[in-house]
Amino acid sequence: MTKILKNVHWFNIIVPIIAVILGLLVGAIIMLLTGYNPILAYQSILESVFLQPYYTGETIRAIIPLILTGLAVAFAFRTGLFNIGVEGQLLVGWFAAVAVSLMFSGLPKLILLPLAIIVSALAGGLWGFIPGLLKARLKVHEVIITIMMNYIALYTTNYLIKHFLYAEGEKTPNIPEAASLASTFLSNLTQGSRLHWGIIVALLAALIVWFLLWRTTKGYELRAVGYNPHASRYAGMNVKNNIVLSMVISGALAGVAGSMEGLGTYQYMMINSTFIGIGFNGIAVALLGMNTSIGVIIGAALFAILQTGSITMQSTAGVPTEIVSIIIAVIIFFIGSSYIIRWCLLRVTKGGK
Amino acid sequence: MSFVIEMRNIRKEFPGVVANDNITLQVEKGEIHALLGENGAGKSTLMNVLFGLYQPDKGEIYVKGKKVHISDPNVANELGIGMVHQHFMLIDKFTVAENIILGSEPTKYGQLNLKEAVKVVQQLSDRYNLDVNPMEKVENISVGMQQRVEILKTLYRGSDILIFDEPTAVLTPQEIKELMNIMKTLVQEGKSIILITHKLKEIMEVCHRCTVIRRGRSIDTVHISESTPDLLATMMVGRKVDIKVNDQAYDPKEVVLDIKGLTVSDSRKVSIVNGLDLTVHGQEIVGIAGVDGNGQTELVEAISGLRKIKEGTISLNGQDVTNKRTRKITEAGLGYIPEDRHKHGLVLDFSVRENIVLQTYYKNPYSKAGILNNKKITKKAKELIKEYDVRTPSELTLARSLSGGNQQKAIIAREIDRSPKMLIAAQPTRGLDVGAIEFIHGKLLEERNKGKAVLLVSYELDEILNLSDRIAVIYEGKIIDIVNPKETNENELGLLMAGQRKAVKEG
Ligand SMILES: Nc1ncnc2c1ncn2[C@@H]1O[C@H](COP(=O)(O)OP(=O)(O)O)[C@@H](O)[C@H]1O
Ligand SMILES: [Mg+2]
Repeated sequence: MTKILKNVHWFNIIVPIIAVILGLLVGAIIMLLTGYNPILAYQSILESVFLQPYYTGETIRAIIPLILTGLAVAFAFRTGLFNIGVEGQLLVGWFAAVAVSLMFSGLPKLILLPLAIIVSALAGGLWGFIPGLLKARLKVHEVIITIMMNYIALYTTNYLIKHFLYAEGEKTPNIPEAASLASTFLSNLTQGSRLHWGIIVALLAALIVWFLLWRTTKGYELRAVGYNPHASRYAGMNVKNNIVLSMVISGALAGVAGSMEGLGTYQYMMINSTFIGIGFNGIAVALLGMNTSIGVIIGAALFAILQTGSITMQSTAGVPTEIVSIIIAVIIFFIGSSYIIRWCLLRVTKGGK
Repeated sequence: MSFVIEMRNIRKEFPGVVANDNITLQVEKGEIHALLGENGAGKSTLMNVLFGLYQPDKGEIYVKGKKVHISDPNVANELGIGMVHQHFMLIDKFTVAENIILGSEPTKYGQLNLKEAVKVVQQLSDRYNLDVNPMEKVENISVGMQQRVEILKTLYRGSDILIFDEPTAVLTPQEIKELMNIMKTLVQEGKSIILITHKLKEIMEVCHRCTVIRRGRSIDTVHISESTPDLLATMMVGRKVDIKVNDQAYDPKEVVLDIKGLTVSDSRKVSIVNGLDLTVHGQEIVGIAGVDGNGQTELVEAISGLRKIKEGTISLNGQDVTNKRTRKITEAGLGYIPEDRHKHGLVLDFSVRENIVLQTYYKNPYSKAGILNNKKITKKAKELIKEYDVRTPSELTLARSLSGGNQQKAIIAREIDRSPKMLIAAQPTRGLDVGAIEFIHGKLLEERNKGKAVLLVSYELDEILNLSDRIAVIYEGKIIDIVNPKETNENELGLLMAGQRKAVKEG
């Protein structure tokens, strides 16, 4: 056991698992203290997500953008950058996808749908390009710029919707069928959930990110620059270009996440009074997934299960949905402090020997 | 029979490595006991076990005859064991006295009694001739002085067994001499010292006995008075070590590197290389001798494209490479063993395998059309690990977990394997042990004999004198003289390096 713990790879898997268990335990304790029944609560989450097709569909639907924003954060992180701007990149991607679909509504599906997704990637990429460039050229810290870019994205998209694409109900008009990812087949299969074909896009993106990082020379460069820009320069790599590229790709992934909401879940874009949080949750998903593609998929699934399940948890067990936020916060806390977990584990296994 | 420290049959395993395998160490009171071994032999691990940073998998520790369980460094402190770390653990903004009392502050009516602290520190410093001013801020004192503060820290805590882990690696020759004297004073006052080093000269000078460990096993403990440097070196490496010298006939081929009027600024925009001229030919090693800070680092960085050239030209293999991109220059035939292997030489969080292709990953056969060929990369890595005797559990091990000598071997393997016409070796053996130094010197000579041009930058005059065909002395950013190593000596070089040009210059 001690041997396994010292092995980095194993450790990367064990920490998130323990963090999740601890998060659920803390959630249970809080429920007990506040007079709720944790067993009933967790049971209701699992039952709804796994046994009620509608909730299964909604869970998978919620996984889609989380995978993409998780990948966006993980990708930047692999190359040494902290992209807090996923939320904003998602919003501009969402808007771009919807706007393009409405503008070119006459095009056939085979062209319009891919076009809308690509444009969302470009828009998100542009939103990542700006902080990337500022970081590479002027050494401005990307965290500060990306946070500011989030606000710019939020208010700019709101403004554009209000003044150019406004429809009844504080939103844009619905996108044409030719740009839609929605599927009656998937919806019927899941008793009318909003599950759409975007899940294929998300899984494909995870595969592409994995391949790009670990199987291509560009990925090799990006990782090298992330770990050690000095050695990368010594090795003849263009450090500045790689920093910019990394932010562009990260932003593009976030942009596509936005198009999933626009073309899949909602079929339109609403005016958002505040951030929707999928981008920020991407940070947690990436952390939970230890910045690996497969980990991000699992992390996104866990988040989606907890969030979707919390609705039935409230109706069945009467537990407020906020408990889920607490559980998620605790999980993130324990992953952030993985050192503590490691230390405890080593102590325990030592003592037991 | 009583020893102040006795470690019996210590075993400590890390994933994939047995760092200590049945090591026994016995230290007598009042002696300076050397712990000698190559990089990666397991010296630091053994001392970390003694200091409570690691728990041994097997074995027993006795302190002053009593069996002890050292669960953490606090226990070690209570037992009177103090460690002077290689990397100082001092707070720059604090004064010497403040640093020393940190963690065991003297108080008066519950308040920090700094006056008392200053007094005690001053007394200790006087008693052991440490010449430290307790009121000075740490950021204002030299490296040698910082080390003495570390020593004071252990003395202040009442340690009577002091561990020094490679204390001389960061010191100038003068500071080393001072440290040796301090250690002698310490043992005269009844302290016992364990000195970790791989420098034989130092052991011969101050130590009483020496325990040699090799690949995690203790080989023998010998009295220094009955031993010789040769004997110790042989025990440490496990075979006879021969000092490599350049004894081939001097027969330079075509010019490979040609530098004319080179001017380069340092990071503060002050010219630090000032109109430097230098040529290096095929089949020759040119050694650059000079005191640290005379433009060596900047010269090498300018050649490799890492630093902007203000004036002058550099041509490599007949190609003008002045202010060209690093990759261009690398492809024009430059191999470069950088001075700072952690900053420039390696991506520490990459595996050995990935580090091996740091400059060639984009080329056939390691990749095609932007897709890496992992099989080919692994094959190359395995090949080089074997050929260059890089000791690593596998090619997938992170470069970070290799010892310094093996990290350097990996870099050298990578640079030489590309078969560059021009090879720059900047401080290639700094901090390495005899075995690794021998190996690296052998490789540099091999390249020279294959007709390659080698530029060797080093602060070790022995190294320069033994390997070079010509020695270029650098002073204030210029080559002020070029001498023949067979017709010069350390004294003359020392004078030249201090800027005293030879009065009469022959031919
Ligand atoms: N914390 C560690 N984890 C894994 N391996 C280690 C660790 N510390 C040392 N090693 C390995 O143990 C061996 C001995 O290292 P060390 O004691 O530092 O040698 P020395 O001080 O004699 O140069 C080396 O092979 C090194 O890579
Ligand atoms: Mg060591």
